[in-house]
Amino acid sequence: MTRLNMREMQENQSGIVTAVRVGGELGRRIRDMGLVPGTTIKIQGRAPLNDPVALRVKGFTLTLRNNEADHIEVEVE
Amino acid sequence: MEAKIALAGNPNSGKTSLFNELTGARQHVGNYPGVTVEKKEGTCVYNGHKMHIVDLPGTYSLTAYSEEEVVARDFLVNEKPDVVIDIVDASNLERNLYLAVQFLEMGVSMCIALNMIDVAKNRGIEIDAEKLSILLGVPVVPTIARTGEGKKDLISAAAKMVQGGKRKGFLEISYGDDLDKAILEMEKEIRANDFLTDTYHARWIALKYLENDKQILLKGQESNPSLSARLEKMVEKVSLHLEKTLNTYPEAMIADQRYGYINSIIKQGVIQQEHGQSRLYMSDKIDKVVTNRFLGPIIMIAILMALYQFTFTYSEAPVGWFESFFGWLGDAASTHLPDGLLKSLVVSGVIDGVGGVLGFVPLIMFMFFGIALLEDSGYLARVAFMLDRVFRIFGLHGSSVMAYIVSGGIAGGCAVPGVMATRTLKSPRERLATLLTVPFMNCGAKLPVFALLIAAFFAENEAEIMLIITLIAWLGALFVAKFLRLTIIKGESSPFVMELPPYRLPTFKGLAIHTWERTWQYIKKAGTVILGISIILWAMMTFPGLPDSRFQEFENMRETVKVAAGTAVIQELEASGEDTEFSQEAQDLKSRLADINSVEAEEGLRNSVAGRMGIALESVSKWAGFDWRTNIALVGGFAAKEVVISALGTAYSLGEVDPEESESLSETLAQTPGWSPLVALSLIIFTIFYAPCFVTVVMIVKESGSWKWGIFSMVFNTALALVLAALVFQVGSAMGILGG
Repeated sequence: MTRLNMREMQENQSGIVTAVRVGGELGRRIRDMGLVPGTTIKIQGRAPLNDPVALRVKGFTLTLRNNEADHIEVEVE
Repeated sequence: MEAKIALAGNPNSGKTSLFNELTGARQHVGNYPGVTVEKKEGTCVYNGHKMHIVDLPGTYSLTAYSEEEVVARDFLVNEKPDVVIDIVDASNLERNLYLAVQFLEMGVSMCIALNMIDVAKNRGIEIDAEKLSILLGVPVVPTIARTGEGKKDLISAAAKMVQGGKRKGFLEISYGDDLDKAILEMEKEIRANDFLTDTYHARWIALKYLENDKQILLKGQESNPSLSARLEKMVEKVSLHLEKTLNTYPEAMIADQRYGYINSIIKQGVIQQEHGQSRLYMSDKIDKVVTNRFLGPIIMIAILMALYQFTFTYSEAPVGWFESFFGWLGDAASTHLPDGLLKSLVVSGVIDGVGGVLGFVPLIMFMFFGIALLEDSGYLARVAFMLDRVFRIFGLHGSSVMAYIVSGGIAGGCAVPGVMATRTLKSPRERLATLLTVPFMNCGAKLPVFALLIAAFFAENEAEIMLIITLIAWLGALFVAKFLRLTIIKGESSPFVMELPPYRLPTFKGLAIHTWERTWQYIKKAGTVILGISIILWAMMTFPGLPDSRFQEFENMRETVKVAAGTAVIQELEASGEDTEFSQEAQDLKSRLADINSVEAEEGLRNSVAGRMGIALESVSKWAGFDWRTNIALVGGFAAKEVVISALGTAYSLGEVDPEESESLSETLAQTPGWSPLVALSLIIFTIFYAPCFVTVVMIVKESGSWKWGIFSMVFNTALALVLAALVFQVGSAMGILGG
């Protein structure tokens, strides 16, 4: 079990969100979309220019920019 | 019974489909006061009950961060609907319930439409609606909005709630010991002081203080500054404590606990799921191809080109019908009205003005049909996803691309639907920067102007020059957007965090309603503001007209020519129909009279307000190499860019010049001293960047919600155009290139 930044995750890698370290509008948006600690996520792919990233969370697909993913800490196998 | 019902729910939950299904064509689209968020209303009659239905903007939450969420929240508080129908996507229950929970915390009486149960079933998800209803304490009705299934049950559930009176009570979730304790203390203070309690519920106010909600904080500070400060102190204290002990903040904690609450409900057997949540569905498989690193961009270019082709090819015929209709109307008015000012007003002011504007209608319909297709199918979100990296560099959003392309990113679009297309952008700053820069794109009306100048001065390099013009427009738009985002529309980029909705086949009904709404809004504008401005522009190019003495001189000249030709020739000319073959003498007379009329028209234009402006502007425009004739044409171009050509024609005494066939004008320009390839290039640059036509300006005002931005686009764009054109002309002259 290692903790890393969501940006560092590989395609098709799964993990569990452990912390979202950002407040304000961005933090609120991230949490509203269901990225709260304890949630399982899976990286689904990246845009042609490698950013933003698409991930599977709670059964739907969410995209966010790499610099937004930086605030999310994930625990992976 | 009459009732007021609000429809709420997440974006992509099928809310619009349900609204269309419930209200049919009985809809009314407006705006919420003071904001550009759309407000849709309609009525639905069921069992003799008349239900007034308001479609709230689709939101994921109820914070004060976005205009949509504030609008939805304010509506619930101020308008107090009898029932809120929360549309919940059954295939995506957990996240959709997040909004439902917030409604329950607010204490609104709510009924859940468990929508898209068919999609959920296909995905192997079974939901026990009854159990969910018991656990949440609200009615839950399964629906399929696209087909209308469950519609009647839903309405009767809502009607029952209205008749049963308001649900009392509020959902109280535990947000953890620390926050619960703080909330209790804050509630006590709030109740004791009647702090905002006439509008909101005490516990909710405490919750919003903990969530650091800007709108409620502001209201609190206004109503009771000292108590508000005390509450803020309490929030600060518990925040510090949470940070020290759990390394989190209250708003994060509250969101976590809401999801925890939802989880606890779902875990009690509400959902039966065959497969894991990370299973790939059809939609994901499509995405593997459509957003693929190599295939994705190719497919995107193909789809955008197809949209473009569709819009501009298929709308050509109906646009032609509109044009010929207004042409016929103009001719009819010309023949039946007596010569004079009234005729000129009706023909040149009203019919040409309104006709020019309504001529866009088929174009707008086709364009919005295409955009609605891309949006409703879910593809537009993929375009934003793929292009965001590029557009973000310029302070824009991936979704900006649509507006640019529609406006003429591929030469030949139109900025009017382009400005309207920025509605698909949800981030306010990015949206404003986009809608202010789309007019730089080369719309279909600028093309004849370029064609004229290219034919006159760059005939050998036609294709290269057109390509360069397109590139200049794109670079100009993107860099100006960047400049705006660094100066007057400063601010961090809005979060991209966005759902990629599953691909769906749009319904024709949905597309048709969407298209018609946009088109009707445009037509309404055309009938009011645009008609007014069109008349003002006509007046500017007509008044004050020639002094009587000068007019008399022209009359005398005409008389002299006629007398010289003799009565027989005059009679031949007057008796003729359209196709008559004239004798040599009659033709001579006709062309002489036309020459005199042209010179008269030139003098009249020169003497008009627009002409005087053109002459006055020479002192500035000479820096860019333009004389008064070009200036008048550019002033006229504010009405519509193709007017540049007809106005230049009048200014060079060529009589009527058809923008589509401007050879005579381009020959004249090529031979006129004072013109050179350099002047033409300078004029091309100016035409790309200067003030958008007034129809676009009106749309900018409407879409940005303020005249300020309309005026800005006129002043800023013209100043920018002048600087760039002068730069080209002066540098070119100094270096002695292009005949400068």
